[in-house]
Amino acid sequence: MKATFYFLIFSFATSVFAQNPGRIEICPTCEVKTLKDGIEAGMKGDTLLIREGIYKEFNIVVNKPLILQGEPGSVIDGEDRGEILRIVSDSVTVDGLTIRNVGTSYMTDWAAIRVVKSRHYRIQNVTLENLFFGIYLERSDHGVVVNNRILGDATDEYNSGNGIQLWYSKHVDVEGNHVQGVRDGIYLEFADEVRIADNVSTKNLRYGLHFMFSNNDIYTGNTFEDNGAGVAVMFSRNIRMVGNTFRKNWGSASFGLLLKEINDAEISGNTFEENTIGINIDGSNRVVYSDNDFIKNGWAVKVLGACYTNTFSRNNFLYNSFDISYNSKMNDNIFDGNYWSEYTGYDLDKDGVGDVPYRPVKLFSYIVNRTPETIILLRSLFMDIIDFSEKVSPVFTPDNLVDANPMMKKQQ
Amino acid sequence: MIKVENLYKKFGKNQVLDGLDLQIGKGGIIAVLGPNGSGKTTLIKCILGMVIPDKGSIEVMDTPIRRTWKYRSEINYMPQIADFPGNVRVRELFDMIRDLRQRPDRQEELVELFGLEPHMQKRLSTLSGGTKQKVNIVLTFMFDCPLLILDEPTTGLDPAALIRLKRLIREEHSRGKTILITSHIMEFVAEIADEVIYLLEGRIYFQGSVEELKKMTKQKNLEHAIAALTTTTADA
Amino acid sequence: MLKILKYSFYDLMRSRWSYVYFLFYLLLGFVLLFLNNDVSKAVITLMNIIIVLVPLIGTIFGIMYCYNSKEFTELLLAQPIPRRSIFLGQYLGVAGSLTFSLVFGLGIPFVIYGLFKSNAIFDFTLLLVTGAFLTMIFTALAFNIAISNENRIKGFGYAVLLWLFMAVIYDGLFLISLILFEEYPLDNFSLVATLLNPVDLSRTLILLKLDISALLGYTGAVFKQFFGTNAGLVISALMLLMWTVLPVWRIVFVAKRKDF
Repeated sequence: MKATFYFLIFSFATSVFAQNPGRIEICPTCEVKTLKDGIEAGMKGDTLLIREGIYKEFNIVVNKPLILQGEPGSVIDGEDRGEILRIVSDSVTVDGLTIRNVGTSYMTDWAAIRVVKSRHYRIQNVTLENLFFGIYLERSDHGVVVNNRILGDATDEYNSGNGIQLWYSKHVDVEGNHVQGVRDGIYLEFADEVRIADNVSTKNLRYGLHFMFSNNDIYTGNTFEDNGAGVAVMFSRNIRMVGNTFRKNWGSASFGLLLKEINDAEISGNTFEENTIGINIDGSNRVVYSDNDFIKNGWAVKVLGACYTNTFSRNNFLYNSFDISYNSKMNDNIFDGNYWSEYTGYDLDKDGVGDVPYRPVKLFSYIVNRTPETIILLRSLFMDIIDFSEKVSPVFTPDNLVDANPMMKKQQ
Repeated sequence: MIKVENLYKKFGKNQVLDGLDLQIGKGGIIAVLGPNGSGKTTLIKCILGMVIPDKGSIEVMDTPIRRTWKYRSEINYMPQIADFPGNVRVRELFDMIRDLRQRPDRQEELVELFGLEPHMQKRLSTLSGGTKQKVNIVLTFMFDCPLLILDEPTTGLDPAALIRLKRLIREEHSRGKTILITSHIMEFVAEIADEVIYLLEGRIYFQGSVEELKKMTKQKNLEHAIAALTTTTADA
Repeated sequence: MLKILKYSFYDLMRSRWSYVYFLFYLLLGFVLLFLNNDVSKAVITLMNIIIVLVPLIGTIFGIMYCYNSKEFTELLLAQPIPRRSIFLGQYLGVAGSLTFSLVFGLGIPFVIYGLFKSNAIFDFTLLLVTGAFLTMIFTALAFNIAISNENRIKGFGYAVLLWLFMAVIYDGLFLISLILFEEYPLDNFSLVATLLNPVDLSRTLILLKLDISALLGYTGAVFKQFFGTNAGLVISALMLLMWTVLPVWRIVFVAKRKDF
């Protein structure tokens, strides 16, 4: 109460004594011509209104709670000389600016906007072009990054950075951003309780989204298309992946989703379409896969290494070259009640469930694992005959790997 | 009309034509005779370009026939076995051949002569052997060509049709055409042929008029003359 | 030649087998689309049928036609028509009527189903084009067998053997050799082996559309070059053309020298 009272007094005082209370205008012809000057002149809580114009500045440090409000056409050009905006204070908002030409360095990770050890930040409607790192959140919790456009033009992994990077940052909301042409679209390392929603991450060199050592996060409604590989989730726990789209991640080591050492995750309602590998699972346990659509992938699900107690149910497997591929004869995972477009059984009792179990692993997928060139014999009559005989009496494929209740109709 | 020089043809190990020389002038009915396997059909097919000789040359109407096909428009050929595509109707067959030949014809007249009108809409596979042969005759005689080649034309014909066929042949003869016939029916040959060519082992063994042949073999009729010819060669 | 083509085509179009073939495809198209209600699945099933059945039908039809039309051929040979025209005309008549049955038999149900509004139209067109090529190729191969074998039982045997070899045995040998020599780089070998069999070639051409995601999973550089770019499509199409032209050329070559 007392603090509020003082704050009101303070506000009143500034509004009385400052030339334009609570708001500082910056433009090439104004009294305040640079952001640095504006920040220096600004008081806590002020709005810096950045008018249309090109501001050639870098190493701008925001060290007090300010609102940096960019008008359309307001551009900060770093001229490739280093980091551009560095936020070291709580409660800073950056809105509507265009920032371009971040310097590339092999020593430090220069970013367009870096938030360091600060909370309650908000970065929105910002456009980043020709960047090294985009938005870099470093030990900064409780922030919001929404509706930004990050348009990189990276060509090599070694000299490119990530679009949005979270490092030791918790409780961050990353929403509605569009990231393309960087190394990893969105990268999380030691970032817990993060929510990533409705972003589009595309044409990135490495991953659309990349988790390392991050727990209890959720990502939902995102689209990952045409990246080096879609999403990699590694060494993390309790990740919920819901309603995302993974499309057209093509290449010899490419996949829609890679799970490596992941435990207790939920993957549901996603669409995996036309990826070389839909989901590549390596050493992941207790993951629940349900209600996903796997459409026209090379391999819908490829299981490598030891994976235990995973459950696949109510998924649609549609026209994949291979539905499931295993590299061992062991199986501890459950497939139940999925729809398989290749299923040719019948349903005499009309309960919607096929009367004959479906074996989703083809012998051919083993042969291809062993001799990759044999892929060229895909869909040949000879392979169909071999697969058929294997289905009738399994010799090479896990005996218990069956879906005992294959659905007769695609689930909506 | 036809000039064959030094013609050789071998089927596998079987030397069918062995240096055959032959000259046939314009006009006349020439019967090509000889025992089975003597090369009659091969000779005819060589003239028609259906069999390609190993060696030698053939001229039809003073033009070498090697690698050409246009000269065939001056020949009417009646094949030995009258088998036609079964799905086709008689009328369609006539129409097709007329379409291919593109020259004036007397189909109507001949169809009437052989009483084929009731069969015009029938498919060829449903016709009897004799009727097929009549169709074959109509096809052969409907165009006006200077050279006719008839391979066993009498097969399967009833006497009435045979008489009409002979009349047709004579009629063509009277128009100055050259007609080459093979037949096993000596009566027919004796009755109709001006000249006989006797083939043996791929060569011309005898060429001359029927009278000359009879004189040479000292036989009264052609059948015996031919038989004598065959036995003398067998003896020789 | 066009006249011969016309008569052969009409003749075939009137034969019962053309109807059976046409109706078979018509029925297949309708069953696939209207019982399944799924164009993508229909296209995959069709592909399996096309690469197996079309060569078989082409071979059998081709060889049957050759032997059955012997009299027709001989009738034509005595007519003032060059041999090339007779045989090309007959070949095009057979291949044409088969292609006609295939394209219309499958095309009609797809058009009724609303193919033009579906994005599967490219896949489907590719299927039909490949099917047409396979028809032409295998009919030509059958003509070659027939023209070189007077004995129809033998000819028929060779024809069935040819189909069996191309459709099944070849791939078996192919697979075995790939596995036997797996330590060696096999990129070039497998691509060449594919190009040398028209069935495999057509299959690959369709794979490029249907299973590109899986094909791109393989690391080999040559593969990548082949499948990842339009080179694969162009080379495959050219090879299919070669496979059509060469046997047809041989028909004419042999026919010109053959005795009847």
